[in-house]
Amino acid sequence: MKLLFATVAALLWMQLALAIDTAPAFDDPAQQARYERVIRELRCLVCRSETIADSNATLAADLRRQVREMMVAGKSDQEIFQHMVDRYGDYVLYKPPLVARTLLLWGAPILLLLGGGAIAAFVIARKSHLPDTDPADPGLGAS
Amino acid sequence: MWRFIIPIGLFAALAAFLFVGLGRDKEWLPSPLIGKPAPVFELPRVDDPAQKISNREFAGRPYVLNIWGSWCVACREEHEVLLEIARRGEIPLIGLNWKDELPLAQRWLQALGNPYVVSAFDPEGNVGIDWGAYGAPETFLVDARGIIVYKYVSPLRIDVWEREFLTRIKQAGAKGE
Repeated sequence: MKLLFATVAALLWMQLALAIDTAPAFDDPAQQARYERVIRELRCLVCRSETIADSNATLAADLRRQVREMMVAGKSDQEIFQHMVDRYGDYVLYKPPLVARTLLLWGAPILLLLGGGAIAAFVIARKSHLPDTDPADPGLGAS
Repeated sequence: MWRFIIPIGLFAALAAFLFVGLGRDKEWLPSPLIGKPAPVFELPRVDDPAQKISNREFAGRPYVLNIWGSWCVACREEHEVLLEIARRGEIPLIGLNWKDELPLAQRWLQALGNPYVVSAFDPEGNVGIDWGAYGAPETFLVDARGIIVYKYVSPLRIDVWEREFLTRIKQAGAKGE
């Protein structure tokens, strides 16, 4: 019974060990943190909506290995990202560069905010000029 | 008046964006390597791993590089087409055996026939990554200057071969290369 329990516990433990990134961590916690940040910025080309940190596709594992090797070789973040962009294009970056082609992508939040703000300002300005004569809605002051 | 124009305008803009998105093939990524020199590799040969093969040996004439693996179901699907291309003999086919095991790769070529003049063995997958591969099969056309002129992802078909590859090979030939 004890043996059975131990076996089940060991199997459960093995299950836990099957995390996506099975490579050993860096000795230096700062390097490990940097590694984890870099692999969260790179897209898995097979699964598309996952980073290579989240994906267990073999290509993602290979790209993680390359990131590791380049870090060990003393490459900067910029050099690592450039290495990936040279092979897979800007698509591999989760944070696309600000160039003419991506202007709309980067500008869209600002445009939407300005547009929404303009519409809100227009509506509020117009409504505030209306006399509050609706008997069904006496307004905030009357309640 | 504006209360109609604004929502309809917004709807039209959204519909236009979504419509453009509908027509795009999201499986197909544009390769940044088109128009750039083909990455040079030197790897063991699949048929004789004691010997090395480099694509430098093919410099000066056009060739096709096909990325395959015995684990790749779609490669099996395209294999007949590759054999047909090899039979026609218009251009040498080089295989890049990507992330495979040697006995499996050798058995594949023995059982299904070998369309390649040579296959390079890339078990680590680094050369495939250098070529920007993300899913086998992928097929590249390299011209006589060593520039990648075209890339096709997914199983090759003979009509695609004739339309996309042969026309480009003939154009390059007509330019006197």
